[in-house]
Amino acid sequence: MSYLPKAILLIAVLGLAACNNPDRFGAGGAGGDGMNGAGAGGIDSSGLGDASDPRSVAYFQQTLGDRVFFAVDQNTLSDEARATLTGQAQWLNTNTDYAVIVEGHADEQGTRQYNLALGARRASAAQNFLVSQGVAASRIRTVSYGKERPVEVCSTEDCYSRNRRAVTVLSLGAGS
Amino acid sequence: MTYQSPFGLLLAIGLMFGGLNAAPAVAQNGPLRIEITEGVIEPLPIAVPNFVAENGAAGEYAQNLSRVIAADLAGTGLFREIPSSAFVGRVDSFDAPIAYADWKAINAQALVTGAVSASGDRIVVKFRLFDIFSGQQMGEGLQFAGTAQSWRRMAHKVADAVYSRITGEGGYFDSRVVYVSESGPKNDRAKRLAVMDYDGANVQYLTDSRSIVIAPRFSPSGDRILYTSYISGFPKIYLMDVASVQARALADQPGTMTFAPRFAPDGRTVVFSLEQGGNSDLYRVDVASGASSRLTNAPSIETAPDFSPDGSQIVFESDRSGTQQIYVMSAGGGEPRRISNGAGRYSTPVWSPRGDYIAFTKQNQGRFHIGVMRTDGSEERLLTASFLDEGPTWSPNGRVIMFARETAGAAGQSSLYSVDISGRNLRAVGANGGASDPSWSPLLP
Repeated sequence: MSYLPKAILLIAVLGLAACNNPDRFGAGGAGGDGMNGAGAGGIDSSGLGDASDPRSVAYFQQTLGDRVFFAVDQNTLSDEARATLTGQAQWLNTNTDYAVIVEGHADEQGTRQYNLALGARRASAAQNFLVSQGVAASRIRTVSYGKERPVEVCSTEDCYSRNRRAVTVLSLGAGS
Repeated sequence: MTYQSPFGLLLAIGLMFGGLNAAPAVAQNGPLRIEITEGVIEPLPIAVPNFVAENGAAGEYAQNLSRVIAADLAGTGLFREIPSSAFVGRVDSFDAPIAYADWKAINAQALVTGAVSASGDRIVVKFRLFDIFSGQQMGEGLQFAGTAQSWRRMAHKVADAVYSRITGEGGYFDSRVVYVSESGPKNDRAKRLAVMDYDGANVQYLTDSRSIVIAPRFSPSGDRILYTSYISGFPKIYLMDVASVQARALADQPGTMTFAPRFAPDGRTVVFSLEQGGNSDLYRVDVASGASSRLTNAPSIETAPDFSPDGSQIVFESDRSGTQQIYVMSAGGGEPRRISNGAGRYSTPVWSPRGDYIAFTKQNQGRFHIGVMRTDGSEERLLTASFLDEGPTWSPNGRVIMFARETAGAAGQSSLYSVDISGRNLRAVGANGGASDPSWSPLLP
């Protein structure tokens, strides 16, 4: 399959996923909706294994780590964040069926619009790093959630530090 | 500001921020008058006896009207309602002469009398306002006619007229607020666009809770609402027609995030933030044609724009200095000048409809504040302090600010509050669960 049709199919699948699941691109993004939407796209469901299978989504999420964290107000990638993203990039360069959406998030200590902009900066920082590691820019989209979707709900730095994050969410993009 | 009534009564309201000139709040000699100072204000005692039901069908409205009018006036903090249990006199007929001595005896300074008649789906509401100590009617009586279900609006219109005659300011009671209704836990909060009367009554939902919605803004005529929604999976600005509840995307550019929209005072132009490649800048778009132009071009975050009431300037926040601060620039773009200069971070600036102040959110030393400053940044004054206050919006007369206050912790909830611009009269607005991102409409026609 040439590059161009692949990209079109990818966009079509992402579009359907968006319609079916408007708020969240759920972890893995490889649910039944995406598969149905792909129609005759030939998606290989054998890619989903447990965290010990290096080709699995679970391995990406749990073993490599699907998220990186940021200091207050910052979008600079720490050494730890770079290491995580390097692992993600290597996995994506091997598992080319997947596209990703990088979600940027902020903690609650900020006004809503600023946090949206800050989340976009963080998502973009992670995206740029993935691209620098060889992942095609066309496989990555970003979305900022600002402070709308914290994972931790306490109002202390312990929770805030885990809410200031960029999460790389896989979605089955194009058949190879 | 002063107001010369047809009866020669000089009414004045002074919003003085000096603090030491604690003049008597209610001047007894001469005209009925409310003066607001930094010191304690003694609310003006007002009697609002039940309206007279002029026919049987009007009975259900007679008491409700007077209750809403009294709640509006007392809710400003400028008036104190005298309970009906203290009344000496009665108002049994709308056109009977006023027994001033009866009202003077209970120290009422103002009296609102009214009547209502109902016929089918229509009601007619009349009222008069009296200055008890000078023994005179204030202004002419007024009559409002409309559908029965708009009885609360008619009560608000009466209260607006009373407020306006006694303070010399425009009213703000007959207005609505669009906001985000919130429910569910903090890490999975459901959000819906909703509108309500300014006092929290008549809640109507405009969207369902399937997509996150944020920061709705009324158009200058109140007929349209701008907001940001995740309905496509990505945050984008939408424009909703209030009457039909139909929405369309505005300024849609694939691969970008658009947010923080505001109408220009003419309602034809919208200023907003567009994010591309992680960088947010300000743009403006012509609503009819969709033609857009870029207003800022900086690697920093530029967002939360708002127009001056004359449309010539835009106030916004930017972190170009390293932290969020407030800037003003020409509505066509150009070099912005920073106006916020205190300690901490400043955001979400909104220009008063009167043009005299800019309200903002401030973060300093772990606390959030709502504040006001002059449009050149001088005379900064913080009105509130809490774990998280944000997103001020102005009442139509520029004298009251509504905002969202969120409580801390896992059970934290957001709700709406209002405060007047001298920092008094902080009160919760509405009682129907979580709410954030309020935007006050203009006075309804």
